Amino acid sequence: MSTAQFACQLTPLLSATSLTCIREDRLLLDQLNIEINAGDIVQVEGPNGSGKTSLLRILAGLSQPFEGEVFFKNESIRQSREEFHQSLLYLGHLPGVKDEMNAQENLSFNLALHGLNNDTKNIEQILSEVSLTGFEDSLASHLSAGQHRRIALARLYKSNACIWILDEPFTAIDKQGVYALEQLFKAHINQGGCVILTTHQDLLTFEPSQVKKITLDYVFE
Amino acid sequence: MSLINLSYSAVFSLVLKRDLTIAMRHKDDIINPLLFFVIVITLFPLGIGPEAQTLSRIAPGIIWVAALLSTLLSLDRLFKSDHNDGSLEQMLLSPQPVFILVLAKIFAHWLITGLPLILIAPLLAVLLHLNEQSYGALFLTLLLGTPVLSLLGAIGVGLTVGIKKGGVLLSLLVLPLYIPVLIFATSAIDTAALGLPYSGQLAIIAALFFGSLTLAPFAVGAALKISTN
Repeated sequence: MSTAQFACQLTPLLSATSLTCIREDRLLLDQLNIEINAGDIVQVEGPNGSGKTSLLRILAGLSQPFEGEVFFKNESIRQSREEFHQSLLYLGHLPGVKDEMNAQENLSFNLALHGLNNDTKNIEQILSEVSLTGFEDSLASHLSAGQHRRIALARLYKSNACIWILDEPFTAIDKQGVYALEQLFKAHINQGGCVILTTHQDLLTFEPSQVKKITLDYVFE
Repeated sequence: MSLINLSYSAVFSLVLKRDLTIAMRHKDDIINPLLFFVIVITLFPLGIGPEAQTLSRIAPGIIWVAALLSTLLSLDRLFKSDHNDGSLEQMLLSPQPVFILVLAKIFAHWLITGLPLILIAPLLAVLLHLNEQSYGALFLTLLLGTPVLSLLGAIGVGLTVGIKKGGVLLSLLVLPLYIPVLIFATSAIDTAALGLPYSGQLAIIAALFFGSLTLAPFAVGAALKISTN
């Protein structure tokens, strides 16, 4: 694949100006400015309750900030909703996997919903990438927490979105799985995408200088 | 990588198929409201007594009130489980129009809860000695009215889905909106019993149906965005 696959190198992919977020009368984000370019991997750090998830949800357009605005390629995400969502892959801490459906059906629905190819061969291949071969027909409710998570993460393997926003992607994932995911992130940023994630672990296979950090702290009024 | 641009009908059938699959594996969702409907209606003759005249007089009201309550009972399932496992977020973040996604979910809800009511209602009407001339009206009002219940109910569910214990609030929000349907539906069935034309009432229910069909999905979409905020 060519490096210019996403062809969005010139303007920042995702930027935000003076983001302010207030939850339960507490100021979580105070006038935060962010600029994320193609090829960036951004780790959002901070203690529990410091607003990491809130920040990711605001960047994904799920929550409205109290103040400030998020821009996708310099266009407000409220104006270019459809275009932004086509370029966005967001995985929250809820995996969005239905217990009543099996791995294959879950993945197939998720791919189709995002306008991706969902034929059986493709799905089998992706499921084998996340080591779920043999579990295609098991209902998600019968799978372990890590396998549950893997069904959601499987979408990363065939994603055509250039912005990945991942809230604690490594939860319940084993060591090899974490390694495989980090390789996937590397390939993604090399193709000109960007990854924004929260995790309490260090990204082991990345050079520390490679990872941009956004550190959130409690802001006392 | 191949990006397929889904047509609106493809998105609609995709979500519909998913919701029906889930309902088929979760049969309580289908059986519970239907059983409630049947039990409520069979209890009335036991409580009031078996005189045919009294029963046939109150039959339209009983059937419709039971239909309202049984729909209310099933509404919670419409978005609750999707909200709890995060798939609602994924749907709202997909590049597909929220209008179509919501409409498909509501249609699936109606197929699961409304349609069985319509099919079993004539049988229960026999139990209540409903006037013979009223069966057509009963069928038509249910056919036009139950989708309205699902559509209006979805707005209430959309608004309360983020609240942990939203059950009471949901009833307070939704039941007043159901009153017009109840009034015109029972009035149509009563009129039919007298052998008079009931097309006026039917036209009003049809207007409610088309009005809510075109407007409710927008309201639900907006409500869901607020609830996931």
